[in-house]
Amino acid sequence: MKARTNEASAAVASIDEKTRLRLYQVMVELRDFEQRAYELFVENLIRGTSHLALGQEAIAAGCAVAMRNDDYTFCTYRGHGHTLARGASMAAAIGELLGRSNGMLHGKGGSMHLTDVTHGAMGSYAIVGAHLPIAAGAAWSAQARKSGQVAVCFFGDGTTNIGAFHEALNLAVVWKLPVVFVCENNRYMEYTPIESVTAVAHPAADRAAAYGLEPILVDGNDADVMYETAARTIGHARSGGGPSLVEALTYRHGGHSRGDPASYRPKEEVSDWLSRDPVKQYRQRLASTGIDDGTLTKIEEASRRKVDVATDEARKAPPARIEDIESQVWSDGGSAWRN
Amino acid sequence: MAELTFREAVAAGIAQEMERDTTVYFIGEDVAAAGGVFKATVGLLDRFGAERVRDTPISEQAIVGAAMGAAMTGLRPIVEIMFSDFLATCWDMIANQVAKTRYMTDGQVSLPLVIRTANGGGSRFGAQHSQSLENWAMAVPGLKVVAPSTPADAKGLLAAAIRDPDPVLFFEQKSLYGIRGEVPDGEHVDSLGTARVLRSGKDCTIVALAAMVPRAMAAAAELDGIGINAIVVDVRCLVPLDTRTILGEVSKTGRLFTVEENPRLCGWGAEIASIVAEECFDDLDGPIVRITTPHVPLPAAQSMEDEAMPTVARIVDTVKGAMR
Ligand SMILES: Cc1ncc(C[n+]2csc(CCOP(=O)(O)OP(=O)(O)O)c2C)c(N)n1
Ligand SMILES: [Mg+2]
Repeated sequence: MKARTNEASAAVASIDEKTRLRLYQVMVELRDFEQRAYELFVENLIRGTSHLALGQEAIAAGCAVAMRNDDYTFCTYRGHGHTLARGASMAAAIGELLGRSNGMLHGKGGSMHLTDVTHGAMGSYAIVGAHLPIAAGAAWSAQARKSGQVAVCFFGDGTTNIGAFHEALNLAVVWKLPVVFVCENNRYMEYTPIESVTAVAHPAADRAAAYGLEPILVDGNDADVMYETAARTIGHARSGGGPSLVEALTYRHGGHSRGDPASYRPKEEVSDWLSRDPVKQYRQRLASTGIDDGTLTKIEEASRRKVDVATDEARKAPPARIEDIESQVWSDGGSAWRN
Repeated sequence: MAELTFREAVAAGIAQEMERDTTVYFIGEDVAAAGGVFKATVGLLDRFGAERVRDTPISEQAIVGAAMGAAMTGLRPIVEIMFSDFLATCWDMIANQVAKTRYMTDGQVSLPLVIRTANGGGSRFGAQHSQSLENWAMAVPGLKVVAPSTPADAKGLLAAAIRDPDPVLFFEQKSLYGIRGEVPDGEHVDSLGTARVLRSGKDCTIVALAAMVPRAMAAAAELDGIGINAIVVDVRCLVPLDTRTILGEVSKTGRLFTVEENPRLCGWGAEIASIVAEECFDDLDGPIVRITTPHVPLPAAQSMEDEAMPTVARIVDTVKGAMR
């Protein structure tokens, strides 16, 4: 199977300039945010863990820009970018990483669980595969309420081998749910190459037929391709056509999680993928289509400022409040289990 | 008052709430066209239609996961997990996702959903279709846990569970499905977190749950005959737990016996025993005694299963022995 690339698609060529600049802006912001997260980790300010999506920005940007404001995003522990791409606050995201009171979850979730329901970011889930059925459920609710909303669910290549993936796909097809499943195939499940533990070459696309779905394999490092794929599959879902399963080929620039040097990856493989950096690649494309350097530089400078301001705000915030330990287990705001 | 079976009361509770609230949906395996393997949902498909009452594939993770996603986004789903033993196949969804997401997001989402499940032994189904698993649920912060013992409570507590804004695990003891009882006419909604005192007495307090409640009542009647006068409390709801009623009823007699269908370790009775020991130690006149199934998987043969679960005779003998 051959991945759908930029050259292959006429629809890609017709993406307007405003959308392209937006795609670039989102990618740059996600890149800068993740770099900052890495720096804060090196500074030993981030306790616990974090899973960066450096190198995978085109998928988050392409899909988020194609979504309607009230659509739903469900993502994994590698979910900073997906959450921010929907419009969540950067200061609140950094605050959560640092365990501060200004955190998006007020310190209760941490890096792996960024959620901002007000922007349709319905959660980052840290048990592999769990959020696929949950995304199907949100799509079921949208269908029942006739709201026209679509759920978009992001997960890794490794996730295609857990039962919840298959249960969710089957249910979504049987109930014709408005959900788009996006597999970010970054070639590794933690430290193990995906092909060494998977029955088929393309972990998602090769399984699509088992659920009566079209196999969709795309270049996940190309923001235009991702945008066009997302727009098409989301539109299909919105118009009652049911779910799609997209496999987007990509690569994480760093390790699986904090502290992983990723030395299990062949050097040539790494350099090959680094040469296809989605952000740099897209800048070149925009420049080659006549967008002047000043416009792009302005986007880049604004992004760095945004990350700096957010970092300052989070650094200044006090630690997460101990008074909150026993709050919000229940809808009454408390945690009482007895009278 | 109409006389209903427990299974009819379950269906009546669901119907009452589906009628009242159009965001209530009901899904599960064989629940719609077939009316459930225990026939506890007969008639709902005809009454509410295939949009709101749906059969699912054998996908417990997808069933609970879908309910969670729907509950986060404006529906009030009820799901059926056919046997509580199958909760093990979707325990990630229940314990990691449903129970924790409200807390982890500091209240950004609410999860008004009910997971109904057929629970417990007495049906000779063997160890994978007979477990009494309410303790698993009780051990996870973020889950409410209900286990009714009568048709009236099945309807009233189920209605309360459906209206509750938080996730509720609703355990229906399968040997109770056929029992009959009076159920109030018209709308019937009970309150979670309320135990019920079924009998008053002066010598000891027996606290029981679900199918153990009628056994505790039968035992109390026998104990009367030998001069031991027992209070019987039906716990009804493990989370929230009505400790006020339990502590009050224990203080009256100074003796506590729990009757638990679950295997011994970490049964709900252990938690109640610990609360009573901590908070009304001075009122106790003797040791707290737990009557449970031994710590074994439940055997299938009638002769074995019947003796493994707490019997009326074992309750009587244990209380008699301890009160001497
Ligand atoms: C059920 C479960 N098993 C194992 C893990 C540990 N784990 C966390 S991430 C991960 C790899 C997942 O790989 P993939 O789906 O490809 O996502 P990626 O991390 O590459 O984005 C594993 C095994 C987990 N969180 N949940
Ligand atoms: Mg991967």
